[in-house]
Amino acid sequence: MEVRVENVRKEFDRFPALHDVSLDIRSGELIALLGPSGSGKTTLLRLIAGLERPTRGKILFGEEDASLKSIQERNVGFVFQHYALFRHMTVADNIGFGLKVRPGATRPPAAEIRRRASELLDLVQLSGLEKRYPAQLSGGQRQRVALARAMAIEPAVLLLDEPFGALDAQVRRELRRWLRDIHDTTGHTTVFVTHDQEEALELADRVVVMSQGRIEQVGSADEVYDEPNSPFVYGFIGDSSSLPAKVEDGQVWIADRPIGLSAQGAPAGPATLFFRPHDVELLDGCGGCIAGTVVNSRRVAETRRVELEIGGQRQWVEIELPIDHPAAQKSRVAFRPRKWKLFPQSTG
Amino acid sequence: MADPVIEIHDPEHDVASAAITESRAARVMLMAVAFAFLAVFLVLPLVIVFQQAFAKGVAAYFTVLGDRDTVSAIRLTLLVAAISVPLNVVFGLAAAWAIAKFEFKGKAFLTTLIDLPFSVSPVISGLVYVLLFGAQSALGPWLKAHGVEILFAVPGIVLATVFVTFPFVARELIPLMQEQGTGDEEAALSLGANGWQTFRYVTLPNIKWGLLYGVLLCNARAMGEFGAVSVVSGHIRGQTNTMPLHVEILYNEYNAVGAFAVASLLAGLALVTLVLKTVLEMRYGAEIAATRGH
Repeated sequence: MEVRVENVRKEFDRFPALHDVSLDIRSGELIALLGPSGSGKTTLLRLIAGLERPTRGKILFGEEDASLKSIQERNVGFVFQHYALFRHMTVADNIGFGLKVRPGATRPPAAEIRRRASELLDLVQLSGLEKRYPAQLSGGQRQRVALARAMAIEPAVLLLDEPFGALDAQVRRELRRWLRDIHDTTGHTTVFVTHDQEEALELADRVVVMSQGRIEQVGSADEVYDEPNSPFVYGFIGDSSSLPAKVEDGQVWIADRPIGLSAQGAPAGPATLFFRPHDVELLDGCGGCIAGTVVNSRRVAETRRVELEIGGQRQWVEIELPIDHPAAQKSRVAFRPRKWKLFPQSTG
Repeated sequence: MADPVIEIHDPEHDVASAAITESRAARVMLMAVAFAFLAVFLVLPLVIVFQQAFAKGVAAYFTVLGDRDTVSAIRLTLLVAAISVPLNVVFGLAAAWAIAKFEFKGKAFLTTLIDLPFSVSPVISGLVYVLLFGAQSALGPWLKAHGVEILFAVPGIVLATVFVTFPFVARELIPLMQEQGTGDEEAALSLGANGWQTFRYVTLPNIKWGLLYGVLLCNARAMGEFGAVSVVSGHIRGQTNTMPLHVEILYNEYNAVGAFAVASLLAGLALVTLVLKTVLEMRYGAEIAATRGH
């Protein structure tokens, strides 16, 4: 099912949590809402589910206006951050709950509900645990039961709130791959919320980057990483370094010196230069480059992260060097970013 | 929230670790003080009640209990409890639900209001009803003209009892429901359950032990309430006397055996309540812990 969010605004006690958000989710897509806490991503998810009502704007499921429907009528599968499994019910009863509470005419017989529950348990690879109670399961197992329960009602959309938030790193990675498989098998339109960019980039078809109640950028993992459209996205996705700069004569200038980067087409005036710490070219001499004094150097896995103080303005940037690179031994390092982006000062 | 994997509450392993344990002498001292206090202030009076009740033999005990006025007092007490406890279960559930699951203006005020019966002397609560429904009140003449009896009749006693016992169920449920939050209810709704199904299959099972405990306490107080009921009842023998009032009347008439025999029934009720509670906790301890924590 295709989902459209149209100009939605949400206020809590007059305090806006979402400003005028619009988003198109394609049928069968796996989409991630990514952002720091307070960015409004969970609010957006809850609005799609019908757990909250928008202050303004519409949410459409296909051609139908879902904003007018209650959560029961929307038929969404919602997986809660802390799973919200019914602790007094067995795993099978938890999964069958959505079928059991259907009105008489559409309720399957008890045997059929049991069969469906077992089937879903097979799908989430927990066969044989029907009789267990949630307290007797590990975190990862609970997560799977919660997903099976949400899928039992054959939802129009599957919504997951920080699905792996409470799990340890190892289990997270495993479940991530598994969720992708499940999605590919069942073809549900799926939206999940996460603050973990690695999770979003690895898992989702498209990532929605959010900040302060607004959508900053929507795109594939490649797009948001390689073509960030705002200083926030550049800083939030992946490692980044930034320096205050200015544009003059079609050149990028830092601290009164052109650094050998052409800024054709960029408006003249103050700007901020962004680049990736690992994507830099080290130079020997310096006729048009960024040069700085090494103030700190750390070994991180297969690279060395070096902090530089640039010019007299006490600007610090971080770059990454190969472990055995001679520049790491020096006290001054000169470099030039290979890929970079300028944002005019007003927005950054 | 931490992630309590397969963590079933086991009281036997909750013993304090060696590092924070007092010296042996100090422990013995503390326990001795606690037990001595309990013995003097709780066990001793209980023993005396039963000893006095049976002072003139078993036959005398049952003769007193078979007395017409006594039987009537027991019946009235049971009737009052049978009306006020269910009422307070409904009120308590509604109030706890509203306070724990919704945000609204005046919430703090409502919470304070629920505690009011605890902080007001029961005699005053009774007096309020006298002022409200008595012959001198604004409502009094109207009630009299329409033949509605509230004061010095069963309705007044029920009202006073409901007032005094109101906080028990609500007080027990509010912290429990607040701790559990609204996640389970939201999950049930998202799965298509309607309001009643959500309450019946999700909320109620989550709070059933707390509710039961609240009902036990509420019932014990409803049967034992003296002050408020005393003011509104009028002490008409065989008609508006509850058990606690009857105990007082018998005692004032120097009928010690009678007074203590009826008192022993009330004491018995307290003991049954305690045993019931302990049995419940023993049998369903793990389940209670699971629904409380987690």
